[in-house]
Amino acid sequence: MASAISPRTLKRPDADWPGYRLTVGDPLRLDCGIDFGPFTIAYQTYGRLNADRSNAILICHALTGDQYVADPHPITGHPGWWLTMAGPGLVLDTDRYFLICANVLGGCMGTTGPKDVNPETGKPWALSFPVISIHDMVRAQKRLVEHLGIDQLFCVIGGSMGGMQVLQWAASYPEAVFSAIPVAAAARHSAQNIAFHEVGRQAIMADPDWCEGQYLDHGRVPARGLAVARMAAHITYLSEAALHRKFGRNLQDRKEVTWGFDADFQVESYLRHQGSTFVDRFDANSYLYITRAMDYFDLAAEHGGSLPAAFAGASSRFCIISFTSDWLFPTSESRELVHALNAVAANVSFVEIETDKGHDAFLLHEPELFATLRGFLNGCAEHRGLGRA
Amino acid sequence: MSRSAAIELGGVAAPPPEPATAGRLRRDLRVIADMIEPAARVLDIGCGDGALLGYLVSEKGADARGVELSQSGVNACVGRGLSVIQGDADRDLDAYPLGAFDVVVLSQTLQATRNPRRVLETLVRIGDRAIVSFPNFGYWRVRLGLLAHGRMPVTPLLDHQWYDSPNIHLCTIRDFVALCSEMGIRIEKSVTLDRYGNPYALDPRGSLANLLAEQGVFVLSRGNA
Repeated sequence: MASAISPRTLKRPDADWPGYRLTVGDPLRLDCGIDFGPFTIAYQTYGRLNADRSNAILICHALTGDQYVADPHPITGHPGWWLTMAGPGLVLDTDRYFLICANVLGGCMGTTGPKDVNPETGKPWALSFPVISIHDMVRAQKRLVEHLGIDQLFCVIGGSMGGMQVLQWAASYPEAVFSAIPVAAAARHSAQNIAFHEVGRQAIMADPDWCEGQYLDHGRVPARGLAVARMAAHITYLSEAALHRKFGRNLQDRKEVTWGFDADFQVESYLRHQGSTFVDRFDANSYLYITRAMDYFDLAAEHGGSLPAAFAGASSRFCIISFTSDWLFPTSESRELVHALNAVAANVSFVEIETDKGHDAFLLHEPELFATLRGFLNGCAEHRGLGRA
Repeated sequence: MSRSAAIELGGVAAPPPEPATAGRLRRDLRVIADMIEPAARVLDIGCGDGALLGYLVSEKGADARGVELSQSGVNACVGRGLSVIQGDADRDLDAYPLGAFDVVVLSQTLQATRNPRRVLETLVRIGDRAIVSFPNFGYWRVRLGLLAHGRMPVTPLLDHQWYDSPNIHLCTIRDFVALCSEMGIRIEKSVTLDRYGNPYALDPRGSLANLLAEQGVFVLSRGNA
């Protein structure tokens, strides 16, 4: 393993990166009780806001996502993470809608996070960064949406952690959300998911290069720990069937096993590659903070343990999507959401998409997903007075 | 012609199903649609491809939602902008509060539920009115088929063989009326339909209707109890 991931330095956000930055002066009251600010929100937009400001769609990204929905990633050069969904003529049609995606609070792609400098100390925040929640991320996004002069978003959409943010938006700011699409999400993080996150965090903290979180001061990067965290997490994003279909027991560039600990199997080689490329673009402390935010997410707990109560004032039209082979955010979690929304007679659609691609299916080519969302959004657009497609 | 070996009970083939468009609705669904007030809050359980839902939304301005078991049905509905959840009548209705809808529709689905009695109870709880249609097992062709041929009946409405039928709780119109009475459910209106979906001018509770009607459509509400 030690040979798989080489030491490296973390690339810092560059002022030349595409997109916009908003400095929020007025502090945010975080769930942990701290007033945080001023801070920066880095965001990207696609398409045009109409004169009524009624065609805006907020895209909420997942744990390791970013605002580059449909742009090449400024560090890796990889294509945008939702190019299957966002673009001219696609489901999130940039000829029709104004798309906004902001890097989450605590992130590492331009929005203030633990690798940024704390103006009070002149040093990186590292572990002195306040522990943030999904609600805090959404509070920050709300500031951005207000700054853009948008009273009501036509839609808030996101997968996985992005879906958690969608639910938080609909619960906390119902009047600002015309429609909500949580994909492969849940109203709370399950024990199993917290357990996987803990494995990832422990891998990072066990890396000597982590330096008790102060690695930036020491010019080091806990690349091995972060890579292991990513490798473990990546398995949870797939499914047994998908792994088998993709790799089976195939060997990597060799005819027989080597009787050693080299990456004999293709699946090992693939995972090492996933880990290795991840550390080039992601900050280890951000990974700790954002996974923690997901762990703490429990929408019902905010409302006396009742999930229906969380949606008591919900006026949005919901479209909930799950995938048959997703064992990280299984259909049962989505069904629980549906029942909670039924209990408050909310307008809700729910579709379980048949696929063997696991949790990551929301990022992949899933024609049934596209057809469903296109129909849902067209229906919403008509109701919102945005006309027929 | 795999069905030729089975007992085809209709001497004359039923007219082919009409395509479901906004203006043109299958006749039995049309009977149901005509019972629904404009702008009503409606839940259609077992909504299939959304034929009735789409009609209610476009022609009656209803706030119509649906529940459907098949993924293809749900996707088709949501894909055309209807609010439909994937679920079934036995499992996914409990969360709705009392009187959540003006009308709850259960069309040709009751006989396929695991616990019809409980489903009926839920229908009249979550809807101020429930419209329930079901195939009448007392229909003379069904009786004749069993009597004359000694084989399980296969009709246009009950078009499965006994071994692959989803219809596990069949009843006659008289059975249904008796259950409603036992449960204290009020029957506000009832219509019986012939095999072309046209209403009979018969007392739906009489023996003749139980013999002649291929299906019954009942409007129910919570009793006073």
